[in-house]
Amino acid sequence: MSGQHHHDHDHHHDNHFTAIEARVKALETLMVQKGYVDPAALDAIIDTYETKIGPRDGARIVAKAWTDPAFAERLKADGTAAAAELGYGGRGGEHIVACFNTPEQHNLIVCTLCSCYPWPVLGLPPVWYKSPPYRAKAVIDPRGTIADFGVTLPESQRIRVWDSTAETRFIVIPMRPAGTEGWSEEKLASIVTRDSMIGTGLPRMEDAA
Amino acid sequence: MNSAHDLGGQMAFGPVVPEPNEPVFHGDWEKRVLAINVAAGAMGAWTIDEIRHARESLPPAQYLSSTYYEIWLAALDKVLIGHGFLSADELATGKPAPERREPKRVLKGEEVAGVLRRGFPYERKAEAPARFAVGDRIRTIVMHPQHHTRLPRYARGKTGVVERVTGCHVFPDTGSQGQPETAQWLYTVVFDGCELWGRDADPTSTVSIEAWESYLEPA
Repeated sequence: MSGQHHHDHDHHHDNHFTAIEARVKALETLMVQKGYVDPAALDAIIDTYETKIGPRDGARIVAKAWTDPAFAERLKADGTAAAAELGYGGRGGEHIVACFNTPEQHNLIVCTLCSCYPWPVLGLPPVWYKSPPYRAKAVIDPRGTIADFGVTLPESQRIRVWDSTAETRFIVIPMRPAGTEGWSEEKLASIVTRDSMIGTGLPRMEDAA
Repeated sequence: MNSAHDLGGQMAFGPVVPEPNEPVFHGDWEKRVLAINVAAGAMGAWTIDEIRHARESLPPAQYLSSTYYEIWLAALDKVLIGHGFLSADELATGKPAPERREPKRVLKGEEVAGVLRRGFPYERKAEAPARFAVGDRIRTIVMHPQHHTRLPRYARGKTGVVERVTGCHVFPDTGSQGQPETAQWLYTVVFDGCELWGRDADPTSTVSIEAWESYLEPA
């Protein structure tokens, strides 16, 4: 899979997309005409993943874990149940494990075999997460992988890579940055980036809203 | 199956290049592929592992030069044809033939929110006690099956430690072959980087996989 497919060769791109658009349209038409899928279901699925579910959901979980120690303990013990307390769970995240970063250990999530990603709490994965460079490199060179995102971790911090080879889905709980004392959950959630919940990034104080 | 999908530890793909402000979809067709994939899967004719196998058994050159939604589309064509819902001719012409296979169920628009929220849990009732406990040292088996498996090549024949006993989960190797309810104990197993990658490892790294019981032997 070409991770950079979408960045290069604009003319190529357009032709390519026209051909595949025709193929997808033909498939959709057949599926609807034969009564295998309900067009209203297709629209509802797209709406869910385009507008309803995304990294803001995971950020809410992180912010709550930062402000509510009892919730953090429940999240550590049973990620699925703790996420459900906030209304999150389901397809592509039936079994959730939260991986807490510490000064001693940073966590990094990957799926080397396909594209497993915690859909109900982070939404659909970005292209790079599903592409060969990331899937190949994360397990053998996690520090270099994180460096590709412009992030340098202290040498003293070990890196634990979680390869999502089963239906368990992982979400990284980054460390709460210093200087956020007294912040509301909403303000805390605003600095929790998608990448910080995959492990390729850290919370961004400059994003505070 | 030792195919192109089993990417852990491979090289020469270059650095990871994140796209700034990446949109959820890169075109309307990607949305449609996602939706058709989810809705067609909800017919209940194939398991997640069967369609994963359809993706990973694409020819390696095709797999590596396709975007992920292109891979999904190619696999969807394969399973729809394989289960008799559509013919290759219909897909080529876009014209429906009179023959039709009755699906077990069709996901209705008003059911989508509930079905996505409930998901499809993979845990099953255990029929025997777990063979391994937290802290046990294990070795992963060496195997190179033609069928679907979730034991990646880089983690075969390696010694690690059981960190977590997850429960009894549907076993993908048979789940991909028409046995959607066969389950085994599932464990989180951690390996030192040096055990996996030898002298080329980052010695401060550890890697875990989720491993079904039959992937493991006592070490």
